[in-house]
Amino acid sequence: MDYSPLLLSLKVAAISTFFVFIVGVFIAYLLAKRDFFGKSILEALFLLPLVLPPTVVGFGLLILFGKKGWIGSWLLEWFDFQIVFTWIGAVIASIVVSFPLMYQSAAAAFDSLDERLSNAARTMGASEWRVFWSVVFPLAWPGLLAGLVLSFARGLGEFGATLMLAGYIPGKTDTIPMAIYFAVESGQMEKATFWVVIIITFGFSLILWVNWWSKRNMRRFTKS
Amino acid sequence: MSLGGIDMLHVEITKQLAHYEMNIHFQMCSEILVLVGRSGSGKTTILNSIAGLTHPDSGMILSKEQTFYETGEKPLPARDRQIGYVFQDYALFPHKTVEKNIWFGVKKNRRKESNETIRELLHVLGIEHLLQKYPHQISGGEKQRVGLARALATQPSVLLLDEPLSALDRETRKLCQDELLRLHDRWKIPFIVVTHDLDEAERLGDRIIYLNEGQIQDEKWKKQLISTY
Repeated sequence: MDYSPLLLSLKVAAISTFFVFIVGVFIAYLLAKRDFFGKSILEALFLLPLVLPPTVVGFGLLILFGKKGWIGSWLLEWFDFQIVFTWIGAVIASIVVSFPLMYQSAAAAFDSLDERLSNAARTMGASEWRVFWSVVFPLAWPGLLAGLVLSFARGLGEFGATLMLAGYIPGKTDTIPMAIYFAVESGQMEKATFWVVIIITFGFSLILWVNWWSKRNMRRFTKS
Repeated sequence: MSLGGIDMLHVEITKQLAHYEMNIHFQMCSEILVLVGRSGSGKTTILNSIAGLTHPDSGMILSKEQTFYETGEKPLPARDRQIGYVFQDYALFPHKTVEKNIWFGVKKNRRKESNETIRELLHVLGIEHLLQKYPHQISGGEKQRVGLARALATQPSVLLLDEPLSALDRETRKLCQDELLRLHDRWKIPFIVVTHDLDEAERLGDRIIYLNEGQIQDEKWKKQLISTY
């Protein structure tokens, strides 16, 4: 049995979650409790990959990163580097589809925080950096962690956009969802079942764990 | 009119609120000034403007030699104003112990010299035994004392209190009022207390300003208050 799809999926999901977490938290914090013209449009754009068919997202990514795409042609010309048909393509697809989940969780977490706590810190001489790290981040952490886990699980299960951008190259871009699809197509039902069981177990355990963890931590600050 | 000596705080602000324009002007020394008025009369906006959490549309706020705000100038950020602020419901950090809450505002290079002040505060307020507890593990009265200790630990030049006793029962409330008066005697800095309770205002205040729709409707000093009884 070749376990490379498992390792590749974990690698792709971990790297994309890393980027999505940093960018998602940063943007959500920047936009939280601020109202400006066009905010709703910006948020709708962030959440768009959540409602679009993965093929549309993949198509958009091809337009950007394909050989003749805006970014793709530039990368090829200056760095002789191509994203299409590489595992990096899979990471980019994962980033785009999991970003809305991270953004939404982070925005909800920041919105529910009591503004007076940050203000109390400010009146006590704290810089904005310290307000974020010692008050906002720890209090929003349960919500941020939920977003992180959801993004990781989404990245792990990403299929449609990945297929369009990274394709299916065994040993190179065959993540678990890819392996399942092509195993079924070639009649290898046992192999497909194996990966299906692996990915269901993984996703289920992750969600179970994050629920348990959040509940435990919520309780820490509310009950004696 | 002032209690004598130099003014420690000068507030002269105008701000457009939802239903009216707020127009406030007062100066104070190290007395306890109580702002009384109905909800929405602009009390908290005044405190927030002094603390730098919101900014007036025009006017000036001066504290000792510092300019907090002046029309056309960049306002001094809240973190540089040396203000102690006791919020309504105290706004204690729920994820930090009482000890960490109290030490939060003390700068690293001032830890040694603050040690004595904080020890005294803990003693005066009787909260030494709570240091390792989290805010949700202590009572309302204790929270209020921790909130006071936290605000005074930074050795502020002005202390703002936004309805600090409203969440407490009658008895605890009286005890805390006495405590506030004792602390003021010891610290001798301007205290501005916001309340909508007239009895409390008269008990605490050296001076009371009655607010209505963002305007000062009336102003009384302690002597006048006593002579009316």
